[in-house]
Amino acid sequence: MNANPNKPSMWEKFQSTQFYRSVFRTGIRVVSHRQRMMIMLNSVFLHLHPVRLPKHAVKVRYTWCMGGLSFFLFLVLTVTGILLMFYYRPTIEYAYGDVTDLSQQVPLGIMREIHRWGAHLMVITVWLHMFRVFMTGSYKPPREFNWVIGVVLLVLTMLLSFTGYLLPWDQLAIWAITVGSNMAGATPLLGMNGPGSNLLSIGDVNLVTPVSDARFALLGGRFVGEAALLRFYVLHCIGLPFIIMIFMIVHFWRIRKDGGISGPT
Amino acid sequence: METIKHFINTIAAPKILFNIVVLSYLIIFPPFKFFQKIHDALGVRRLWTKKGGMAIFSLMFLAFAFGLTDGNFRLIVLKPDNVPIVALLFLVVFFVWLALHQAQDNDDAIAKGGKPKEWAESREKVLVFPDLVYIEFIALMIVAALLVVWAIGLPAPLEQAANPTVSPNPSKAPWYFLGLQEMLVYFDPWIAGVVFPTVILLGLMCIPYMDKNRKGLGYYTYQDRKTAINIFMFFWLVLWMFLISIGTFLRGPNWNFFGPFEYWDHNKLEALNNINLSELVYMIWLNQGLPSNILWREAPGFLILIVYFGLLPAILAKTIFKDLYARMGVVRYSIFAVLFLMALTLPIKMYLRWLFNIKYIVAIPEFFFNI
Ligand code: HEM
Repeated sequence: MNANPNKPSMWEKFQSTQFYRSVFRTGIRVVSHRQRMMIMLNSVFLHLHPVRLPKHAVKVRYTWCMGGLSFFLFLVLTVTGILLMFYYRPTIEYAYGDVTDLSQQVPLGIMREIHRWGAHLMVITVWLHMFRVFMTGSYKPPREFNWVIGVVLLVLTMLLSFTGYLLPWDQLAIWAITVGSNMAGATPLLGMNGPGSNLLSIGDVNLVTPVSDARFALLGGRFVGEAALLRFYVLHCIGLPFIIMIFMIVHFWRIRKDGGISGPT
Repeated sequence: METIKHFINTIAAPKILFNIVVLSYLIIFPPFKFFQKIHDALGVRRLWTKKGGMAIFSLMFLAFAFGLTDGNFRLIVLKPDNVPIVALLFLVVFFVWLALHQAQDNDDAIAKGGKPKEWAESREKVLVFPDLVYIEFIALMIVAALLVVWAIGLPAPLEQAANPTVSPNPSKAPWYFLGLQEMLVYFDPWIAGVVFPTVILLGLMCIPYMDKNRKGLGYYTYQDRKTAINIFMFFWLVLWMFLISIGTFLRGPNWNFFGPFEYWDHNKLEALNNINLSELVYMIWLNQGLPSNILWREAPGFLILIVYFGLLPAILAKTIFKDLYARMGVVRYSIFAVLFLMALTLPIKMYLRWLFNIKYIVAIPEFFFNI
């Protein structure tokens, strides 16, 4: 307890050190309007936001926070995903055992749970985000193109989830992916079970065969096997996160450039 | 008790449940005057009041709690990977309610010559720090806490190590693709797995360019954008959510239908006596053999397709889509009509299957071309 109200507390002393002020440039006590603005402008992360917003836009009942939560879940998945990569080897020989070990050998082994349930949750929040954007008519001009980018983000979110599904290499995984990738084999023209698969040919040589069709390209083989596991692993850990991050950057940039969060005119 | 369960098992069959869902949709989001009258007479707007919301939720929770007393129901619903979908169903209902609750308040205000609530609020500016940053921080903490609790409480599923020679029955895709897998009942993989996903995504991307209605930007409303919302709700709730729920909860071994309180019996047999349109026309109606020429054989199907995609858009433009056509212009309208009609083939095919056991409209297995 502080007997003398004018005597600075430990915390206040700490705030006036050179170190603290070098980190948080805005100053000791945030009291003024100007300081609150400077907090937003000085931070690279907070600077994603504008400094000031119309009041309806900060209401939870307007945005439901769903876009923000989708992004937050993406970050959670990145962090837990990196931790999982420490233990997981993407080969048929090791994958299943490594995943079993994750819950049995690793201290505090709930990373896999957080990663899996977080991924499910992200699909849900992205859908709900799309629903709220629709219901507030926020795709109308000038935000048409950001909606299109949003649809790409939706696809990428589901593809990330889908590629991750294979990695535990259990029965659930390979058969779910088998069901999914069989559909690629039915692609018109390019899949060997798709309509028109025998149209692409040079002379008598058919170009679309079980070892050259769309499904083969996806799996790197005729079945969900070693090559498919590696492909899905690389896509899941490097390829798709890289692409989705680029689209997210554009998405966030566009929100600002399109005039900030939508509102009635 | 058993009679109730038996009754629910019976009406949960897709061909009955879908009718119930479509009928509820037509009354709740009335696209035509006729249903608008029923909508008004039943006082559906009360659903979107706070009391209505409480009623919906109490009912859902009660139904769920009742279901949980049954072993077979628990087995499906509490399967770890199905828990998110149960959550999704509750969340979707909640957010549909929340959106329409606010929409109704705004619509009432606008009808009285006022402005939506967001309008008054948007005149006032607030600082993002601390007003928004704190809200975001709290939301993030709640979700983080929820995730940790969920992760501790419910272990992630891990089945037997992968074995390419033993396929589980049923083999299901991840839940967010089960809508597509459920479509396989009615369409071949090239349509359900390739054409439809493409059409869905293109359709979504086209929404901002199709919807020429400039009203209803930046506030919740129903009356100002009725057509758009009605169309969206049909695809999002009646088709997408419906198919996912059926695919997840009600499809068992061999992709047979099982009621929510039914035991997943691997030996359940379902009579499959589906026929193709060509067989129906030539063999049953005309009482002769199938022509050997493929084009001639499938002529009835092709004729239907040509009328459906070639003529129907023009007829619609003159009748029920007259206003829409006037607002959109030829190009937008044509794209809209094709996407819309393509999507409608799904419920149409569902009914053809249930009423006439039709398998394919056009069946050319020689080229894997079956529709
Ligand atoms: C990984 C997925 C996504 C992330 C992380 C994301 C993130 C966000 C965030 C943080 C906002 C700010 C407002 C809010 O929170 O509601 C926003 C706005 C927006 N999002 Fe997304 N989004 C995603 C997917 C989508 C999808 C699937 C769509 C639509 C199909 C979409 C369309 C939009 C539009 C049009 C806005 C502007 C809304 C307005 O001004 O009111 N986004 N997004």
